Amino acid sequence: MPKNPHVKKVVVIGSGPIVIGQAAEFDYAGTQACRSLREEGICVVLINSNPATIMTDKDIADKVYIEPLTPEVVKAVIKKEKPDSVLPTLGGQAALNIAMELEESGFLKEHNVRLLGTSSKTIKKAEDRLEFKKTMEKIHEPCAPSEVVTNIKDGLAFVEKIGYPIVLRPAYTLGGSGGGIAHNEEEFVEILMNGLRLSRVGQVLVERCIAGWKEIEYEVMRDANGTCITVCNMENLDPVGVHTGDSIVVAPSQTLADKEYQMLRSAALNIITELGIQGGCNVQFALHPTTFEYCVIEVNPRVSRSSALASKATGYPIAKVAAKIALGYNLDEIKNAITGKTYASFEPALDYVVVKMPRLPFDKFIKASRKLTTQMKATGEVMSICTNFEGALMKALRSLEQHVDSLIYENYNDLPTEEIHEMLHRIDDRRIFVIAEALRRGISAEEIHDITKVDIWFIDKINNIVQEEKLLRETPEITKEMMQEAKRMEFPDKVIAQITGKKEKEIKELRYGYGIHASYKIVDTCAAEFEAETPYYYSCYDGESEVEVDENKKKIMVLGSGPIRIGQGIEFDYCSVHSTWTLKNKGYETIIVNNNPETVSTDFDIADRLYFEPLTAEDVESIVNIEKPDGAVVQFGGQTAIKLTEALLEMGVPILGTSAENVDAAEDRELFDEILEKCCIPRAAGKTVFTAKEALEAANELGYPVLVRPSYVLGGQGMQIAISDKDIIEFMEIINRHEQEHPVLVDKYLMGKEIEVDAVCDGQDILIPGIMEHIERAGIHSGDSISVYPAQTITPKIKRVLEDYTKKLANSLHVIGLINIQFIVYQDEVYVIEVNPRSSRTVPYISKVTGIPIVDLATRVITGEKIKDMGYTPGLQPESEYFAIKMPVFSFEKIRGAEISLGPEMKSTGECLGISKNYNEALFKAFLGNGVNLPKYKKMILTVKDSDKLDAVEIGQRFTALGYEIYSTRSTCRVLNENGVPAKPINKVEEPSPNLLDLILSHEIDLVIDTPSQGVEHSKDGFIIRRNAIETGVTVLTSLDTAHALLTSLESSDRHNLSLVDISEI
Amino acid sequence: MKAFLILEDGHVFEGKSVGSTKEIISEIVFNTSMTGYLEVLTDPSYAGQSVCMTYPLIGNYGICKEDMEAERPWQSGFIVRELAKRPSNFRSEESVESFLIENDITGIEAIDTRALTKILRDKGTMKGMITTDENFDKDDCIKRIKAWSMGHVVLDVTCKEKMSFPGDGYKVAVIDLGVKKNIVRCLLERGCSVTVYPAETPAEEIIADAPDGIMLTNGPGDPKDNVKTIEEIKKLFATKIPIFAICLGHQLLALANGADTQKMKYGHRGANHPVKDLKTGKVYISTQNHGYVVKEETLDRDIAEPSFINVNDKTIEGVHYLGKNVQTVQFHPEACAGPLDTGFLFDEFMNMMEVSK
Repeated sequence: MPKNPHVKKVVVIGSGPIVIGQAAEFDYAGTQACRSLREEGICVVLINSNPATIMTDKDIADKVYIEPLTPEVVKAVIKKEKPDSVLPTLGGQAALNIAMELEESGFLKEHNVRLLGTSSKTIKKAEDRLEFKKTMEKIHEPCAPSEVVTNIKDGLAFVEKIGYPIVLRPAYTLGGSGGGIAHNEEEFVEILMNGLRLSRVGQVLVERCIAGWKEIEYEVMRDANGTCITVCNMENLDPVGVHTGDSIVVAPSQTLADKEYQMLRSAALNIITELGIQGGCNVQFALHPTTFEYCVIEVNPRVSRSSALASKATGYPIAKVAAKIALGYNLDEIKNAITGKTYASFEPALDYVVVKMPRLPFDKFIKASRKLTTQMKATGEVMSICTNFEGALMKALRSLEQHVDSLIYENYNDLPTEEIHEMLHRIDDRRIFVIAEALRRGISAEEIHDITKVDIWFIDKINNIVQEEKLLRETPEITKEMMQEAKRMEFPDKVIAQITGKKEKEIKELRYGYGIHASYKIVDTCAAEFEAETPYYYSCYDGESEVEVDENKKKIMVLGSGPIRIGQGIEFDYCSVHSTWTLKNKGYETIIVNNNPETVSTDFDIADRLYFEPLTAEDVESIVNIEKPDGAVVQFGGQTAIKLTEALLEMGVPILGTSAENVDAAEDRELFDEILEKCCIPRAAGKTVFTAKEALEAANELGYPVLVRPSYVLGGQGMQIAISDKDIIEFMEIINRHEQEHPVLVDKYLMGKEIEVDAVCDGQDILIPGIMEHIERAGIHSGDSISVYPAQTITPKIKRVLEDYTKKLANSLHVIGLINIQFIVYQDEVYVIEVNPRSSRTVPYISKVTGIPIVDLATRVITGEKIKDMGYTPGLQPESEYFAIKMPVFSFEKIRGAEISLGPEMKSTGECLGISKNYNEALFKAFLGNGVNLPKYKKMILTVKDSDKLDAVEIGQRFTALGYEIYSTRSTCRVLNENGVPAKPINKVEEPSPNLLDLILSHEIDLVIDTPSQGVEHSKDGFIIRRNAIETGVTVLTSLDTAHALLTSLESSDRHNLSLVDISEI
Repeated sequence: MKAFLILEDGHVFEGKSVGSTKEIISEIVFNTSMTGYLEVLTDPSYAGQSVCMTYPLIGNYGICKEDMEAERPWQSGFIVRELAKRPSNFRSEESVESFLIENDITGIEAIDTRALTKILRDKGTMKGMITTDENFDKDDCIKRIKAWSMGHVVLDVTCKEKMSFPGDGYKVAVIDLGVKKNIVRCLLERGCSVTVYPAETPAEEIIADAPDGIMLTNGPGDPKDNVKTIEEIKKLFATKIPIFAICLGHQLLALANGADTQKMKYGHRGANHPVKDLKTGKVYISTQNHGYVVKEETLDRDIAEPSFINVNDKTIEGVHYLGKNVQTVQFHPEACAGPLDTGFLFDEFMNMMEVSK
């Protein structure tokens, strides 16, 4: 079928803020789909509340609404834009749920809008547990014995029949929110209660536990004519029991014979056919390890994280093809863009192995439980490609940037073997290292398999790596053959050096002497059967290189930002992609190096050449040796790219933009202090230290509170406010868990207004698109603060000072490109907190709300253009007529045991935007986009630390005026009552019932405001309150500044008639 | 031990010897299936060929003997990047390496299979030698490679005597041109009573057994070498007995009807080939293994029309003979290895036999 001629204007719904379980993969899918629709001449109207995405750019869609993703807002957009269709299957679960609601309520029909692609009936069949089960029964596809329950009693009755352990899965939630495995009645009741509350329809699936089976996934496509293909299958190294998002995944499957492979493939096609999917679909199976028995775990009738992975793993652009199918095309009418010869109606053949590893946030939540379950916890992932599994695994390990470049995890060296044995039983993020250590200790593969259920094949491959380590360790001279084999398995020089006790440089020289170099192969979807037109490369050490270098072209290498983690998110991908586009426009040949399969930057048609590789000095050098780029851009790829600056210079690659010395000057305390002094810019007093002893001396000299942080980090990693010696000792211990190459900074902490500025500098002039102000006072990480543009509470005089300081700093640091500066305004004085001569988290946000494309401008500047020549007047730009509020979004409910109170260490996973000509409405939209939709029950808990007690009175008064019933613990209650606020006392957690906990678990509380005392949280009470509130879905605020903002938004907004802002018109 | 793969164009790959160390000369082809190496190893259509598996990790799940497509492997040589030392699968009985040794099949591993594949793709299928002789004289080897010819290999792989497999349903005569076990299995699963005949069995003998249907199977080599069989097929075609033909059978039936076949540059070998059903427009993913193809322009449109085409290169993948109960396909509906998507063609064959009863 050719394209449906009635489709002219399509609403695409995005996935909203990045949260655990719904991350950058939907920006990738959405961006690809929007481009694919526009290629067909279709007008695309985009709705997504996430300003950090590429899809919300005016380059990607015709109309862009960065508005809260609620059914009401989508309805309003539809009424305004009058589209003929909605495409709901590219924005993850969030988009699908909204589309379903609009369809079910008859709204779409009423407005003559059709759902493109998969129908709502199909979506319901796949998503509704009961209907899904019925459908599977009809086509004889087995599911684990299960029952959908809507209350505890029915749940317990069913468990009576099938016995423990039991898996629970709430219907219509993302990333398996609220799911889990219960081994006894107590666990069962707890998880079930939580699940029933989280499910949009109050349903939870209770099923037989198939933990330990092989977990296999198929990515399937189907068109309207009924043609079905599988793009790829994947096998999880971690057996069933660990969420696939947290599992180590390999593609294609490795341990399935053709019989099993085809059995499951046919089942996947049966399912997609019966469901009537039109587009992409993901089917997850559990396969019994020693029989042909299998069961269907789950079907996602949309593009998903797995489909992003499958796209990158095979080169098959699933989202693009899904969009074309939605328009009416059949698979055999859609060209395969990689080969240009074949069509989308074929199945990719891989001639390499792909390994995906999750990036888990336990470095941020050091006290949280590291146990991996069916509840996803990863914030991001890396993918690696190699000709062998060992190599792919080794590359993935170092791509994670978690201070581990191999399977050697130093902490295990001193543990007794019994303990290692015991640790094999733990299912957490370190299991792969434990398996390696167990093999080193001589525990047999069989025994490891019996405990972990990890397939022997994988254990044997891990053993190959362990044996190679051993060989290197025990052989005095590294022969050419040994070196060749170690490199084939992708041992980095650094690790070989570490094992052999030599220097990395010696190993490199030896290797070069042997003539052993990385070569590059092409990912072409077809195992070389057809010639590929798209240069998408991966490295290996056992073959000839396929890279053809054009010496005549000026080439620039753009270094990406690696896996999405807290503190380094999708915003850096936005910057990398935009920079690449600008460089392409300027006629350069662009080379992207990155390893994140979820991102737009690793799509095959963004850069001229894509290297899917770890971002370490050695891996980059291997590429540089072949490509010999004329320059590299590091300022857009976050800390990952910045860290490579020195190495690139050593390789002789010029860094475009701000020089490395000046990047250093901004980070080096002494150099930076000199610059500040020269510019007469004050900063909080501070010292640099290495040891805990020095830190204690510095803190006492400066006087508490002090801010403690390592230099050269992003997202305030390891940054804390210390109020006592005890805090200092604890923080220094945490920071020094990893060897620090750079000193730790101890600064006097000033509790003032935090201001942030991004600017472009061309060496002479600067351009400041706008000044942003944080709602929360200094002390809360800028990424976790609500950011307001234009700044509201500072005077024009202060703004001039900010502009002046920015210019002075940019000039003194000789910035060419982007600079981000954080200031504190304290008692009418402006202090500098830190300067980052690179792109920042706020760049996409400020670009979109001011309409000034600063990445584009910065890229042009670093290639020699001047601000004045690009049509801009230097200096601070006039303020926009819109208020734009960037609101942090957290994923605390996903991480059991994580402390949620905010501080200088960043904890948010994403952000959303509220934009309006009215400040209060902008604020309201920002909260709404974050899922704070109040009031509901008009009951709240207010309990604050002593220093906040007076401030709490005003908060109490305002909430009372809104009709809220306030519950407070004794001391807060007394202060409130004394000041005329009618709060009710409630017992603390450790006191008898009814206490705070009972109140929270009653599910009638809208909001908890709980400000913890600064420094290390010593009160268990507060922690329990906050965790329970988060886990029961209650909004928790830990800063009174945020509470004020929420009040402002609630007091004066007309929630039913929100204005809509089309960003593309700014 | 070192092993060398020498191509007739002078390319030499050095690798490690696996399996037998016997020197062999054969045609060199590549297969892109990611699973099913045992089915490929034992498919009689690969007689006279050495197969380079493009997927780099081969032997992961060992040898599950029930998956064999013939009693023994038929390939001359097996070319892989990495052979699993320790297979893992609940059905595995041994490793690929020991299987190769047992069956005296020459193998070579640790070569850049992608580089080899690209040579074959660009220059076309060629002949080559696998040897463990480190002191080989390249010119001499190339001379010997060039002198080698595959010959009429169907006669090597076909059964020597007719074999019967009982069933209650239709009586199917299978003409064994190198039959894969799964073709017989697909018929037996549908209740057929199957008799397998040697390739050159006279048509009269088959007709005398009064089958309800005739199945022409897959097989190795150049279709035009099967002069005698083609003559017999002409006689079978002249009867009203429904015929279903796969791969070489499909080519022989076309030749029997005056069409021509030609050697393809590098053939279709893999489990991901899209074929389009021209009746419905639906595309199926199929297993393929052929180096020759029916020339479309030589097909007499008064006698026959294409029923399936390949989506990638538009070559003929199936023929429907007008006014006849005869269906032929170039691909492998019996799968093994590969997708089961077109297994319904066996059901259609059952219908063809039902209708003509």
